[in-house]
Amino acid sequence: MIVQNRMAICSTRQIADNIIEMVLTGNLVNEIASPGQFVHIRVTDTFEPLLRRPISIASFDKVKEQMTLIFRAEGRGTQLLAAKQIDAEVDVLGPLGNGFSADNSVKGETALLIGGGIGVPPLYQLSKELTAKGVKCVHILGFQSAAAVFYEEEFAALGETRIVTADGSAGEQGFVTDSLARNPVDFTTYYTCGPTPMLHAVQQAFHDKQGFLSFEQRMGCGIGACFACVCETQTGQDMPYVKVCSDGPVFPAGVVAI
Amino acid sequence: MNRLAVELPGLSLKNPIMPASGCFGFGKEFGNLYDLSQLGAIMIKATTLETRFGNPTPRVAETAAGMLNAIGLQNPGLERVMTEELTRLAQHDVPIIANVAGSETEDYVQVAEAISKAPNVNALELNISCPNVKCGGIAFGTDPNLAAELTSAVKEVSTVPVYVKLSPNVSDITLIAKAVEAAGADGITMINTLVGMRLDRKTGKPVIANGTGGLSGPAVKPVAIRMVYEVSKAVNIPIIGMGGVTDEGDVIDFLSAGASAVAVGTANFVNPFVCPEIIHALPALLDELGLETITELIGRSHAV
Repeated sequence: MIVQNRMAICSTRQIADNIIEMVLTGNLVNEIASPGQFVHIRVTDTFEPLLRRPISIASFDKVKEQMTLIFRAEGRGTQLLAAKQIDAEVDVLGPLGNGFSADNSVKGETALLIGGGIGVPPLYQLSKELTAKGVKCVHILGFQSAAAVFYEEEFAALGETRIVTADGSAGEQGFVTDSLARNPVDFTTYYTCGPTPMLHAVQQAFHDKQGFLSFEQRMGCGIGACFACVCETQTGQDMPYVKVCSDGPVFPAGVVAI
Repeated sequence: MNRLAVELPGLSLKNPIMPASGCFGFGKEFGNLYDLSQLGAIMIKATTLETRFGNPTPRVAETAAGMLNAIGLQNPGLERVMTEELTRLAQHDVPIIANVAGSETEDYVQVAEAISKAPNVNALELNISCPNVKCGGIAFGTDPNLAAELTSAVKEVSTVPVYVKLSPNVSDITLIAKAVEAAGADGITMINTLVGMRLDRKTGKPVIANGTGGLSGPAVKPVAIRMVYEVSKAVNIPIIGMGGVTDEGDVIDFLSAGASAVAVGTANFVNPFVCPEIIHALPALLDELGLETITELIGRSHAV
C-alpha cells in the first residue's frame, strides 16, 4: 500500500562524486514489496522546488524499519535533500511502482545484474534477495569514471563484480556491453537498470534471454495519474503505452519501445 | 446543516473542493489513497472520441513555484472511458464532471452527447483551452465566435449542464466568458494553464519535447485570481476557479474573487492528500473568519 510518511534520517554520507547514501527510518518500510521500487520525496515544505523527487530504494530492512536510498545530488531538489542533517524528517510517499521479482530466477541459476550510474542502487537489494535464495549473481556496474564508482565492495560481497568506466579510470574501460562482449557470462536471466541507451544496448545484446529492465522517466505525480512518464510499447495497439511510475519502473524485456 | 455545501447547475456539492481535470487521471490512483466520496466532485481527465497517445516525452518540467506540462490530452478514448473508468467511478458517491475535448466541433458533440448520458456524469467541462494540442483545444478558446458556436453545439446534445473551461492565454478573457454565457453555458471553469517554456541551460533547447507547455501551480495563482475576479463581474453564471490552489487559504481567495467552487490541480502531485486535507481544514477557517457557511465567501471582493 502507498503511504505518506514523515521519515527520519538515520545517516547520510557521500559515497562518490555527487552520490549520497541516505538511510531513513519509518513504518513506510513495512510496505515495500520488491527491490527496484522507489519513493517520491518532498525535499522542502515550501513550493520551491515544487515537485517531489523520485528516488530508488537501494536496500531495506523491515526489522529495523530502515531503508537506504542512493541518489545523485545534481539538481536543486536533490542538493537540498543531500544537505539535510541526521534526525531531520522528510516527507516520503511510497513505496511506488513495481520492482524486480526475485522469483524470476531459481536456485542454482546464474543471474546477470547490469547497472549504469545511478541505476546501480536498485540492483543491490535485488542481488541480496537473489543470492539469499541460492542464485549466483554476476554484477556488471558501469560508471563514468573512478570518482563516480560506489558500492563496489557491497556488490563484491554478494558475487562476482566487474567495474566498467567510460574513461577507463577504474576497472575495465568502455561500456558494460563491451565488458560482456570481451568476457561473456553464462546466465539465465538478466536484470538491468540505468540510462536508456544502456538498456537498449543490453536488450539488443541479449535478445534471446529472459530479461527485466528498470526505466527512468521524468515524473509528475509518481502514482500513475498525470501521464507524464509514459513510454510507447513494442506491442502496439493492445497496450500502446505504459506508465513508468505505476506500471513500471521494471518491465520485462520487449515491452517498452526503446 | 452542512456549512460547506454549494449548489451549482447540475451539482449539489457537499463541499466546494474538487480535483482539476488532468491532475487526477480518472480517480483510480487517488482512490487507492483515500475515500473519493469525501470530495465535492471529480473533474476527470479529458476524454476524446478516439484513443489519444499524447505528446512525446519529456512532458513535464519544473519552474519556480510551478510546473510546465505538455501531456497532450492522453486518454483511452470515449468508449473505454464510458465502459471502464466511469463504471469504476460509479462505486464512489461523488459527482463527476466529464472534461470533453476534440479536434473539431463534431468530435466534441459526439463525446458530449454520449458521455453526458453516463449515469454518474453530472456536468460537462468543455475543454476549449488546452494549450498542448495542435487541433482543437485552444483554437476554440481564443476566438469568442468559435467558443460560442461550440458551446451551442454541445448544449444542444448534452443532457447535463455544460461548463466551459477558459484559457488565460487571451488579451481579454471576459470577451470569451460573455460569448459562452450568451451561447448557453451553464457555468465557467477557469483558468487552464498559461503557455510557457523552459530552456535547458546546457543545450539551449526547450526542456519539454513539445517545446512549449502549460504552466500551473502556485506561480499562476495571482493571474487566476485576477481573471476570476474580472469574469465574475462580467457574467451571471457561476465559476469554478482554479490555478495554484494548494491550501484552504487559497480556497478563501478564489471564492472571495467570485468563484463558487474551487478545483485543485498541480498540488495533487505535490501532496496527493491535499484535497481531503483542505476539506477538513475549511470549517475551522470559517470559524476564524466568523462565517456560518462557505457560500458567504463567494464574491466578497465585489462588495461595495
